[in-house]
Amino acid sequence: MNTENNGYTILYASIMVIIVAIGLAFTHQSLSKQQTKNVEIDKMQQILRSLRIDADAKEAEEKYNEIIKNAYLIRPDGSKIEGSEGTKTTDPAFTIDIAKDKSKGLPVFEAEIDGSKKYVIPMAGKGLWGPIWGYLAINEDGSTVYGADFSHAGETPGLGAEIALPPFRNRFQGKQLIKDGEFKSIAVVKAGQTVEGQDYVDGISGGTITSKGVNAMLLNSVGEYKNFLLKLNAAHKNESEGQ
Amino acid sequence: MALSSKTKAVLLGPLNKNNPILVQVLGICSSLAVTSKLEPAIVMAIAVTIVTAFGNVIISLLRKTIPNRIRIIVQLVVVASLVTIVSEILKAYAYDVNKQLSVFVGLIVTNCILMGRLEAFALGNGPWASFLDGIGNGLGYGWILVVLGFFRELLGSGTLMGYKVIPQSFYDAGYLNNGLMILPPMALLLIACLIWIHRAKNKDLQETTN
Repeated sequence: MNTENNGYTILYASIMVIIVAIGLAFTHQSLSKQQTKNVEIDKMQQILRSLRIDADAKEAEEKYNEIIKNAYLIRPDGSKIEGSEGTKTTDPAFTIDIAKDKSKGLPVFEAEIDGSKKYVIPMAGKGLWGPIWGYLAINEDGSTVYGADFSHAGETPGLGAEIALPPFRNRFQGKQLIKDGEFKSIAVVKAGQTVEGQDYVDGISGGTITSKGVNAMLLNSVGEYKNFLLKLNAAHKNESEGQ
Repeated sequence: MALSSKTKAVLLGPLNKNNPILVQVLGICSSLAVTSKLEPAIVMAIAVTIVTAFGNVIISLLRKTIPNRIRIIVQLVVVASLVTIVSEILKAYAYDVNKQLSVFVGLIVTNCILMGRLEAFALGNGPWASFLDGIGNGLGYGWILVVLGFFRELLGSGTLMGYKVIPQSFYDAGYLNNGLMILPPMALLLIACLIWIHRAKNKDLQETTN
């Protein structure tokens, strides 16, 4: 058989492409359910980590359902969008990806830990090589950070990728987002440097651009929730003054 | 099953005298990228071994039917589909590892070792020999990755597989992690050192000087 003529070559290429396409489509179809599940569980683990709970993949769903009491969307002015409540994985608060679409509203998760309420908000930004994202758990006063969690798509292992590890995320605990009734965010600075007028944490040495990305992400993504957080802060102040 | 001396050479040659990284200097890019920690290095080694082995087998089975003019395209399609399948399986059953390796699984496609083996070996040899050649080259690439990953993680982060191995008392006494170890240039220098040692041990690999 002459394998060099044009007809054979074209036929060969076409059949190969069709077989490969069917094969890959089949693989994707048969695995996609498991993959979606993994992605959902991963997201639950991230939210739980921001609440200082390390759950492995098996128990994440159960823990999540136990701790997250409510989830809903808010408008940029801080008001809740009616009818958007729901903690299930199919509800808008869970499915909305703020990196892609903020027009429908901003997700807020309400959690209850040892009787006190925490608000978890998602963040999204850019690192050195690709997207970075995370969750910030904030106390009832709308200012004190209870915990944080960061993830990345492809930051350099050992450098920028360190943002995903406990030593970095734990630096955020107890920091204040609001100073004197104004939203200031938390700065990520080079180790040893300081910033006036706002709380700050040390960045990753050698991961400067990723650290800057985290800094920008905190400012921008958490900044979107500014009005929501300021409202919480004001309400909290009134409450404590009233006592 | 006893292996004949030829198949033995096919399987074991790439581990030493014909190592893809140390002797042929292929696949350097990924060995710089994924070796700053030990765990991704190991998973990468396994993934590349699987893809090389099965890519070799498929191309070897098809070798008499492939039109010569589009053989590179055919090889690329086979490698790309295998890599996609590996990546899909990792996503479904080893989600955490897949997250760590991120883009590097997809980048196996561009690993020169794969195309090199398909072109140089699988197109001219039977499936069984090609399979062994794939395994041999995958492992030959893999053990260098593991050695690099071991030293870079140990000296750069003081950990192995994420566990602390350098005791706190060392740090208290003034020991510091070497940040350069984590950066890609140091991986290149380490590979150079490995090649140096390897050549010093194997005199027949050294070029004769006039």
